[in-house]
Amino acid sequence: MHPDAQKIQQAFPEAIQNAVEWRGDLTIHVKRESLHAVCRYLHDDPGLDYDYIVHVSSVDWPDHPERFEVVYEFYSIRRKRRIRVKTRVPEDDCVVDSMTDIWKGADFMEREVYDMMGIRFRNHPNLVRVLLPDDFPEGYPLRKDFPVRGKGWRDTFTFIGEKTG
Amino acid sequence: MPQPLEDQRTTVYKVDPEHPANPTLPTLRTEEMMLNMGPQHPSTHGVLKIVLSLEGERIVKATPVMGFLHRGVEKLAEDGTYHQFIPHTDRLDYVCAMYNNFAYCRAVEKLLDLKVPPRAEYLRTIVAEVQRIIGHLFWLGTQALDIGAMTVFFYTFRDREILLDFFDELCGARLTTSWYRIGGVERDFTPDLVEKLRQFCDYFPPKLDEYITFLDTNRIWLSRTKGVAVISAEDAINFGLSGPTLRGSSVDYDLRKFEPYAAYGECQWSVPVGKNGDTYDRYWVRVEEMRQSRNMVKQLLEKIPDGPVMADMPSVTLPPKDKVFNDLASMIQQFKLFSQGFDAPKGEIYCGTEAAKGELGFYIVSDGGGKPYRLKIRAPSFIHMGAFDFMARGYMIADIVTIFGTYDIVMGECDR
Repeated sequence: MHPDAQKIQQAFPEAIQNAVEWRGDLTIHVKRESLHAVCRYLHDDPGLDYDYIVHVSSVDWPDHPERFEVVYEFYSIRRKRRIRVKTRVPEDDCVVDSMTDIWKGADFMEREVYDMMGIRFRNHPNLVRVLLPDDFPEGYPLRKDFPVRGKGWRDTFTFIGEKTG
Repeated sequence: MPQPLEDQRTTVYKVDPEHPANPTLPTLRTEEMMLNMGPQHPSTHGVLKIVLSLEGERIVKATPVMGFLHRGVEKLAEDGTYHQFIPHTDRLDYVCAMYNNFAYCRAVEKLLDLKVPPRAEYLRTIVAEVQRIIGHLFWLGTQALDIGAMTVFFYTFRDREILLDFFDELCGARLTTSWYRIGGVERDFTPDLVEKLRQFCDYFPPKLDEYITFLDTNRIWLSRTKGVAVISAEDAINFGLSGPTLRGSSVDYDLRKFEPYAAYGECQWSVPVGKNGDTYDRYWVRVEEMRQSRNMVKQLLEKIPDGPVMADMPSVTLPPKDKVFNDLASMIQQFKLFSQGFDAPKGEIYCGTEAAKGELGFYIVSDGGGKPYRLKIRAPSFIHMGAFDFMARGYMIADIVTIFGTYDIVMGECDR
């Protein structure tokens, strides 16, 4: 097991579900309730020192009972180490704790995840859409049930030569 | 007989100091003003709106409103094969298309665990560094133009044009290049191209010195950049800034040194780092990077190894172009790869590449099929915009264009 994963496992024996290393990337799966505490530990502990937030992302698995995955990726500039932290969120309660109080850069990244996947972040200072218009009515485009083409108001356009009504 | 008119001015404008509505006199009414800047402002380098809260000319709060260029590239990626996504990456940061191709191809190669032949690695590095020079020349010209120095713009664009012609000869396109392929590059350098690059390496340094003299001895440039948009190293790291924007704040975070890839380990170069974290330092970092890039290109050109420019893995990599129309097996291979693609192993990777703007990363989740299950682009411009409000507060309206410029922002990448 990766030494970092071992260290986190010792600090949070209950929270860490498993740790995978594939193609040199370390991924740890964390229970949703303790995600914030684990990330706080990753940032504050001098032996881990993950001070740089790389990206926040989300994956939709429609067939899984806990449908969404929220992915955080951190980097330690002093130690030159990278870690990915993942957590599962069910569809009927898709809320996770925001990391904006630890990494200020998480603000926009989490807003994008909310915008594209509809996952809400607790304690986020300004959780509104960032790339789509504020009144976008059609849901969350990166969910798998959102079609790639042909939905919503674009279908109501009439093209030149096309008959109306 | 008409009554004489009362002089109303005195009754209207005379202020009674005893009146409860006028407790202290004289006073000026102040209020916060909202101002929309954009989306069609010429300095926004694309389409971006900023809602400014102002106190006089001071910025109290600056809220970026983005998404005018959003095309849903991440959704499109889920609909096509791995090969088909390469031209989409050109349209992210359309000023530095080569670097986007590079970052994407590296990510897919990491997913496939594919090794690229050394000659291809050298060519990739050389072209990436040429692209960095193009990106920084573009930035230098437009930043100077935004601040009001027009001359530099013409000179840098002249030099940029030489390199764009080089791209034109290399792959047939100036901006949307799509020259990188998964497992290698599309075609080899010709001796003529190598000679052209050598000539450019000799031509460029004195020209760059000349442009710098225009700016470094210009009092307006210095007063508009020094001490503007200062961000400390801690804050810059905390916000996730990268590239020259981070290195201006004296953090030497450069993926080319931290996680050496391609042929960056094969040549001598250093990472320029600023001191104060202001706009001037970021300008200085970019100028020094151009010198370093030129040195890298010059060194690497001298020792390009011989060999193929594409990895030999027929299930994934494309056949050489001249074989496609003459050899049946190659034609089938080409057709199959573009119509069906290849199956990537199940898993997920993140691969960051040091592009001209900052760390451009691709996070790819594969479910074992021929299309990416999820593809997330870590766009440096988007993340830099997250720090915009923090960096703009307290400065003047006129500094807004400087702060935009200092990120080297491209909205195609920001909005994706």
